[in-house]
Amino acid sequence: MENQPTHAALAEKFNKDKARVDWHDQTLWLIRQKRDKAAAQIPEWEALRETASQIKRHALSQLSEYLVQFEEKATANGIIVHWVSDAESHNGIVLRLLKERDMDQLVKSKSMLTEECGLNHFLEKNGIGVVDSDLGERIVQLAGEPPSHIVLPCIHWKKEEIGALFHQYLGTPEGLADPQALTAAARKHLREKFLTRKAAMTGVNFAVAETGEFVVCTNEGNADMGAHLADLHIASMGIEKIIPRRADLGVFLRLLARSATGQPVTTYCSHFARPREGAEIHVIIVDNGRTVQLGRPDFRESLKCIRCGACFNTCPVYRRSGGHSYHTAIAGPIGSILAPNLDMKKYADLPFASTLCGSCSAVCPVKIDIHTQLYKWRQELTKEPDADKVKKAGVQAMASVLSHPAVYRITGKMGRNTLRFAPFMLKNKMNPWYKQREMPDPPKASFRDWYLKNRLPK
Amino acid sequence: MTQREKILNAVRQNQPEMVPAPARPALRASTSTDMDLFKKTLAGIGGQTIDVQNVREVQRSIEENFKGRALSYLPASDLSLRDPDPRQYADLEVAVVPAVFGVAENGAVWITEKNLVHRAIPFICEHLAVVLRASDVLPTMHEAYERIGSDDYGFGVFIAGPSKTADIEQSLVLGAHGAKSFTLFILHESNQ
Repeated sequence: MENQPTHAALAEKFNKDKARVDWHDQTLWLIRQKRDKAAAQIPEWEALRETASQIKRHALSQLSEYLVQFEEKATANGIIVHWVSDAESHNGIVLRLLKERDMDQLVKSKSMLTEECGLNHFLEKNGIGVVDSDLGERIVQLAGEPPSHIVLPCIHWKKEEIGALFHQYLGTPEGLADPQALTAAARKHLREKFLTRKAAMTGVNFAVAETGEFVVCTNEGNADMGAHLADLHIASMGIEKIIPRRADLGVFLRLLARSATGQPVTTYCSHFARPREGAEIHVIIVDNGRTVQLGRPDFRESLKCIRCGACFNTCPVYRRSGGHSYHTAIAGPIGSILAPNLDMKKYADLPFASTLCGSCSAVCPVKIDIHTQLYKWRQELTKEPDADKVKKAGVQAMASVLSHPAVYRITGKMGRNTLRFAPFMLKNKMNPWYKQREMPDPPKASFRDWYLKNRLPK
Repeated sequence: MTQREKILNAVRQNQPEMVPAPARPALRASTSTDMDLFKKTLAGIGGQTIDVQNVREVQRSIEENFKGRALSYLPASDLSLRDPDPRQYADLEVAVVPAVFGVAENGAVWITEKNLVHRAIPFICEHLAVVLRASDVLPTMHEAYERIGSDDYGFGVFIAGPSKTADIEQSLVLGAHGAKSFTLFILHESNQ
């Protein structure tokens, strides 16, 4: 995409409404606190994270074997398995499956992979009506937006705005903003879709190699309402969703909801092993850049992600910049290490959308070293010939200053004097550091001057 | 080369050296506190529990509290009356289904399609009632999967409380798309 605004530019836009930013920040922090409370109730929490991390690491090291095993078992169970290398092939298969059955309406539950593939847009262009059935996703779909959070798709929307949207599209009374009443209206609206659509699509949270079954987790029950009423169920999964054994689910289901929302488990954890009588299940296994990431030792571990969103909720940058400023399907810290793998130029800004504070790594249920990978991506990206010129020039100037002691002393003195005698030179809109920050009071002398005067052995 | 081969070749080429799988988490024996934790956890996620001595009490409670269309496995439902189209159950007010076991740490019950008229039943009903034997409460999800073992089900589901959403400003609303309420009957009868 040409002229894609950067995270910084989009975040600046989001930050224009200060009250809203504070509200967004606090709402997400509340969810982080719920996660902490839930985790604290499990004495073996840390051991559980370690086990989950090791299972995923093991699964990635035997991924080709497990993928084949999953395919064999699923096929033996009557599930039809498809393999696709990229988004285009993925979307093509979905369209073909629908067209072959003369189906032109699809009800979909949450799948970040289909967002990554741009499926909705593609299907609509080809005459297929798509309805997202997760309440938050339906809200952003009606508004013509992508989700801003992988678990809480409309976390950036206020209830009054949702009320206005529902008034326009679902015919609720004007001014109705009560979450209970709005949810009831959506339930009625979507129930009609569940009862009439012949095709349903879901994501996959976990695919078990040992048994060929896959597990889908929701709180609303929308994946089940779609899948059990439709004649055709299509489930899309990235290759990294594979876990070796059914018993491993015990580890992951203990971690997933607690990390995501602080719930002890999602309301529904549905295990699909065979299609029901008279219905079909198709699983689409998608690569779309994942095998490349698997081959990068520094970034391989990002494939352990179970999409809980804990790193979003804790991230000081995400909380204050909003999901849309990441301009990619999966925002937040984990998205910022996944996206550059897909397109290094388009997403070159994302690894810089972090303070590297490490909070993301501290809450990750599968112990991905997210902040270290963000740091490593920065190093990779600045090697690129067309890395951000301003940033590169700044860093080069800094390197030059730091390697010449005399220059360092002079520029230090200049800086202190400027702050003391001409603060407007630095406290202005031209200085990006001054945005949302106060400049420090300048010390009267440098440490070196002070040391020479007070501590140097006489 | 098919896309399948292309992907598998790329995975084989890029997957790291074999890392061994970790030891499975240790299993715990059930204790008397598990039932208290189970009830407390379920209450915390919007479910209610009713202790009963026999299935007649379940039947009575359902008849007293629900006036609309009911579908119950008690007494063993006559499957010949089953409508082959699950969409025909859209007006179901209450469904009563048996659980295989419950999990104390998260308030979930395990249900498989062997005990369901249709997979859609526990989701499409307005209200869900589940019957669980008191002796079938396990401590954590590890024991749950130990119990499931290699059971061959076409569809199985953990259900923990009523359907819910907090997508509108994080306000918790019960009854998103699935059942609006969740009642668990805990059966203490020993010879059931």
